[in-house]
Amino acid sequence: MEYHISTPISRQAAESLKAGDTVFITGTLITARDKAHIRMAEYFQSRKPMPLQLEGSVIFHGAPIVRGKDDGGWEIVAIGPTTSARMNDLQPPVIAHGARVIIGKGGMDRRTLQALHDYGSVYLSMTGGTAVLGARKVLRVKGVEWRDLGLSEAVWVLEVSDFGPLTVAMDAHMNDLYEDVRNRVSENIKGMEFK
Amino acid sequence: MSLEKTIEDATVELIRRAVTRLPEDVMMALERAADAETEAGAKRELQAMIANVREAGRCTLPMCQDTGIPLFFVSIGPFLVKNLEDILASAVRRATVEAPLRKNVVHPLTRNNSGDNTGVEIPHVSYSFHDTDYMEIAFMPKGAGSENMSGLAMLNPSQGLPGIKKFVVESIVKAEGKPCPPAIVGVGIGGSSDMCMAMAKRALLRPVGSESHDKELARLESELLEMINRTGVGPMGLGGRCTALAVHIESASCHTASLPVGLNIQCYAARRATMRVYPDGQVKFGGD
Repeated sequence: MEYHISTPISRQAAESLKAGDTVFITGTLITARDKAHIRMAEYFQSRKPMPLQLEGSVIFHGAPIVRGKDDGGWEIVAIGPTTSARMNDLQPPVIAHGARVIIGKGGMDRRTLQALHDYGSVYLSMTGGTAVLGARKVLRVKGVEWRDLGLSEAVWVLEVSDFGPLTVAMDAHMNDLYEDVRNRVSENIKGMEFK
Repeated sequence: MSLEKTIEDATVELIRRAVTRLPEDVMMALERAADAETEAGAKRELQAMIANVREAGRCTLPMCQDTGIPLFFVSIGPFLVKNLEDILASAVRRATVEAPLRKNVVHPLTRNNSGDNTGVEIPHVSYSFHDTDYMEIAFMPKGAGSENMSGLAMLNPSQGLPGIKKFVVESIVKAEGKPCPPAIVGVGIGGSSDMCMAMAKRALLRPVGSESHDKELARLESELLEMINRTGVGPMGLGGRCTALAVHIESASCHTASLPVGLNIQCYAARRATMRVYPDGQVKFGGD
């Protein structure tokens, strides 16, 4: 099935998505990579008010190429996903705080799958490296937080239109396309002879 | 214009070419893979990759946001250039603004970003010497997704060919979708720990479709490619027929007591560009 959904994304909307579905997102997308996830964990721990609206949000694993514009604003030159597994340790609390969609590549571990199930969220895979097509879907930069993390690793709040195609790779019902592939692959290599 | 300035300007262009267009051999391999793919999901992944590369080329924009760390491979011909490394670093700084490149280079511990893609030993330059009438400079922007999946196996000689095959295939399986497959798999066999890793990296510069000059290694390349593509990891690790576009092996002699095997993976966006610089200042860019 193909879905076009808008932010903020409700738990119900996220739960209706099934592994294998195709999704396009319109609304707000928040970029967060390694450093931003560490920063979020610090905020959760100290219960400081977060400068980001996480409830119903879309978190994008990636650091775009950003260029300053003459009018003082920002232009997203290229934006594609990074390897999500690097954020494995830090993802469940972000989901618990309301992140309803995680976009990245390569999938995440069992703890994240459980959190997606417990809080009614999904993990969407974007084709790696498709950064020019990604940037086409960014209408404007709405804001930037935590600039001290560096221009790329800062948290960019972007307005996007029909951002996708994205594949539901891990859904809210414990289905995980990567796990399916893993099982098939281990069957395939079982019969392989290394001689 | 001085030769130094000529090389700097040409290197900026070399970097721009590398990050905005894929070599023809890689593009053709991707198209063949998309045609051969039978699963709809895998086909869609490959088609998105191809569409993105085409769009990047059309707009002269970096195809991937990860423009990597800058690696140069310089083949010294009939002349030397003073301060070559300063010239290359200066070209990287300019390309960071002009291409533009993402600022990827940080201190390994403090993680402070230099802001211009240069740093200690970065750009990294590897040298070789050849009896040519030109100096050849190859540039490879190496992304972290694929680089993080590198591996080294110090095998026992008794493990031999089966050990090598097992190490390579299992490493690719373990990497799953992280290095953005279909990948180019670089393998270095023999030498020492550092030598085999360097050979594995250098192997990535070879065009897809080229085979090792050594018949034995050429056979191993095609056998490993066939095995890797039988695993079913597929494009982006979401399943499918094509997990690797090519396996390239380089080798060196080694100690009686060791069998080092290095593995370096390049993502499907296997960017590289080369140019030849002649003593009179003429520059010719490679066909890739």
